[in-house]
Amino acid sequence: MTSQILQLVLGLLAMPAIVLAIILPGELAIRRFPQKRQSSLRPWIWLSPVLALVGLVIAYPLAASIVFSFRDATASKWVGFSNFVWAFGSAMRPVLFNNVLWIVVFPLLTAVLALSAAIMLDRVKYERIARTFLILPTAMSFVAGAVIWKMMYTYEPPMQPQTGTLNAIWTAITGRMPIAWLIDRSVNNYALIVVAVWMSIGVATLILSAGVKNMPRELVEAARIDGAGEWAIFRFVTLPSLWPTILVVLTTQAIFSLKVFDIVYVMTNGSFGTDVIANRMYTELFVKQNLGTASAIAVLLLILASPVIFMNIKQIKSGGGE
Amino acid sequence: MANVNLRDVRKIYNQTQVIHGVNVDIDDGEFVVLVGPSGCGKSTLLRMIAGLEEISDGQVHIGSTIVNDMSPKDRDIAMVFQSYALYPHMTVAQNMGFSLQMRGNAKAEIRIEVEKAAKILDLEALLERYPRQLSGGQRQRVAMGRAIVRNPQVFLFDEPLSNLDAKLRVIMRGEIKALHQRLGSTMVYVTHDQIEAMTMADKIVVMRDGFVEQVGSPLALYDRPANLFVAGFIGSPGMNFLSGRYAAGAVWIGDVRFPVSDLPVSASEGRRVIYGIRPENLAISDDDGLPLVVDVIEPTGAETHVVGHISGQRVIGVFRERFATRPGDVLRVKFDPWKVHLFDQQSEQRIN
Amino acid sequence: MSAIESHRTMSAPMQSTSKLGTRLKGVALHTAVFLLCLVWFTPVLSLFVTTFRSESDSSRTGWWHAFIEWRPVLSNYVEAMYLTGVGRSVVNSIVLTVPTVLGTVLFSAIGAFTLARMRFRGRIALFLAMVGFQVLPPQLVLVPMLKFFLALGLTGTFIPVWIIEMGLTVPFGIFLLYGFFASIPSDLVEAARIDGASEPRIFLQIILPLSGAVLASLAILQFMIAWNHLLIPLIFLGSGSLSPLTVQVASLAQTNAGGLNTLTAATFISVIVPLVLIVTLQKYFVRGVLGGAVKG
Repeated sequence: MTSQILQLVLGLLAMPAIVLAIILPGELAIRRFPQKRQSSLRPWIWLSPVLALVGLVIAYPLAASIVFSFRDATASKWVGFSNFVWAFGSAMRPVLFNNVLWIVVFPLLTAVLALSAAIMLDRVKYERIARTFLILPTAMSFVAGAVIWKMMYTYEPPMQPQTGTLNAIWTAITGRMPIAWLIDRSVNNYALIVVAVWMSIGVATLILSAGVKNMPRELVEAARIDGAGEWAIFRFVTLPSLWPTILVVLTTQAIFSLKVFDIVYVMTNGSFGTDVIANRMYTELFVKQNLGTASAIAVLLLILASPVIFMNIKQIKSGGGE
Repeated sequence: MANVNLRDVRKIYNQTQVIHGVNVDIDDGEFVVLVGPSGCGKSTLLRMIAGLEEISDGQVHIGSTIVNDMSPKDRDIAMVFQSYALYPHMTVAQNMGFSLQMRGNAKAEIRIEVEKAAKILDLEALLERYPRQLSGGQRQRVAMGRAIVRNPQVFLFDEPLSNLDAKLRVIMRGEIKALHQRLGSTMVYVTHDQIEAMTMADKIVVMRDGFVEQVGSPLALYDRPANLFVAGFIGSPGMNFLSGRYAAGAVWIGDVRFPVSDLPVSASEGRRVIYGIRPENLAISDDDGLPLVVDVIEPTGAETHVVGHISGQRVIGVFRERFATRPGDVLRVKFDPWKVHLFDQQSEQRIN
Repeated sequence: MSAIESHRTMSAPMQSTSKLGTRLKGVALHTAVFLLCLVWFTPVLSLFVTTFRSESDSSRTGWWHAFIEWRPVLSNYVEAMYLTGVGRSVVNSIVLTVPTVLGTVLFSAIGAFTLARMRFRGRIALFLAMVGFQVLPPQLVLVPMLKFFLALGLTGTFIPVWIIEMGLTVPFGIFLLYGFFASIPSDLVEAARIDGASEPRIFLQIILPLSGAVLASLAILQFMIAWNHLLIPLIFLGSGSLSPLTVQVASLAQTNAGGLNTLTAATFISVIVPLVLIVTLQKYFVRGVLGGAVKG
């Protein structure tokens, strides 16, 4: 315990100390130069701690992962594309298929629910309170969410009292057999996606709510005067003007689907046909101790994410660096 | 206190020249106004004096030193911004004392200086307030106070009044001028408003497209504008311009003879000229004047503005007297031939 | 549009929707919002209730029976805190999170200030790189970082986790703060420059004091990210004595050690801090989320 406290104090002191130790001497050093030279040197002094950090944690691993993905399990010799051949091979195919399912279902479900929530909340006076309910799950870890939903999904054999919320409701309403939500292969992936939706809707609703509130009121009023009903207003006014915001939500959630790990790791650990790329990578790395295949999976994730990366960059660029 | 001299100052942004070799001498204690339409380079020039923009070529002297490579803080200047640029998280007193704090002055000393400036500007009651708690006029005064506290060699003003309403602007105009008389410091003031320039300046620098069009006292600019641009820019309503031909010691527009007393130094017969006359130099004449066909009448109370045309060219007249007239009427007007400005149509330069 | 025409079109919707219809619509709306909130809150409630139920109750009946016969016990919390090491994990989570948040805000602020307020070659390229880095899958950094910190002998301390958590969030932080810093009027900075403030002083005395709210937004977001992360602490701290709450709860969940009710108590302990933060500091959380969304 004392070691932890010591580390806490160390960390709190080290962060500002590192920054000061770079910037202050740097500033003193460039004081001797003329004004013009100073302003061209200064940004690099100020950026150096940031560049070192981002370089170490992001740029270097990016490059190293690409190299490792072409090497064998212990990164000792080149193996060409064999890791990638494996990554697209029959062993990985069901895993990839699961991620495809995530990428399609999760963003759509989240966006539709969040959009409905945003539009409904915009019309009630107690919006702030209702919104708080929706963002509560956002504050939790996926681990906690997984624990909660494992309880929600609890399965007891038929004829036993169902202690899981969902099965209790299901058997009470339909009178049918309880469902093993996390084991039954026809539903278990969706059951996991529902947990992710539950946890992500808060942020998606916040973003879409902002979009709804930014919509010019006159637009809706003009449509109403032109005789449009609620559905026509939604279809021809609300949806088109919210489209860019919806796209933001969809792409964010799509990226999340690629990286999803915690929920699967805690709830099923990838068994019963629920494995996903990120969980498989963890298995490759720590259970099978294979650096090459783990890196190949990481690179695969990067390739899959790159369209969104470039889309974001393009958007920012066209926005004038803002 | 110091003089400011600009020597062939140029500014180049990505290969486009926006300031073309400007030479201006500002004497110690002088109030100089840089005026011109937006985009003429007046603010850029001021910011180059301040050290906020790099000087691409030429030299800026403040006092006896060339300040080209000096940082703003070493130039011993103070600047009042259009937005006032008050630090929102500091009180009025902290705002005013910030530069002294940066210099490392003692707290008590800063307090004395701030209170001195606050007294001059009538800000004593506001010292502990934050900028957001002040009205526009009060913020303006705090911005000036911040400049005064520094006791700089040169004050720079960048359109300081353009965020105020019309009435307050007139009041602050007077206050700044009074401040100048009291402090006797060198002041350089940028505005796009020619009335501000005329009423405040000892010397006006008229700029257009990065060039200095004319430098002179307000009345010199009014009486003898060097070119068509300055003639049109100074004065409100603007000078009337009629294009015609010079012949036989007068200007002919169509068949009508327009008199000129102050004859051009050199003008060949038949030369195409612009005949300029200020609206206030028109007078109603009973019989023998030129025929002004009335289009619009604008009584302002003190004066009567008449918009009409002579020989098909638009003319505005400003008359002291009130009179009844309607659109379509013909007024007989006389031009004071000594107050006529002649410009060459090609070069747009003054020729008389 | 003539007066008569406009009168007709204006009154048309009023005639078609009767008073009753409007009221029914209102009822439907409130019901839908209520149901949504109920569905979203039920799982949280079920967790909270279960933490106070005894093991035997939970194995026989669902959590909602607690509302029928309320027999609260505190043993789950006691067990979680003292027997399963959750108490130690609370400390570990704090040691992990607090320096991470401080460092993230500090590094992001410096980076954003430089990119937003200084002019230099490569500025735009660096900013765009930050935009791109936000989306990178964190899995990418695991292998190289593990090799790196193993070589340095720093695994088993919090240092790698601080550094990696910071590195993963700083691009986002720079993006978030950049927008705000760029919107600070340049007159203000120039006035300070004329007043004699050096760049470090402008940063410390002008920019930072004006940015309290946006810095708080970044801090609360990073707090939640770091507090809730599983993968990185799992790999670099393991599930031993240094494990933070997420790792501890995950291992309890996977091994089933201590039983369901202890697990729920441990889980609740792990979420209480972020839950309180998101409710009390909701304003800053919302601002951070909105400021960070790439706008269309």
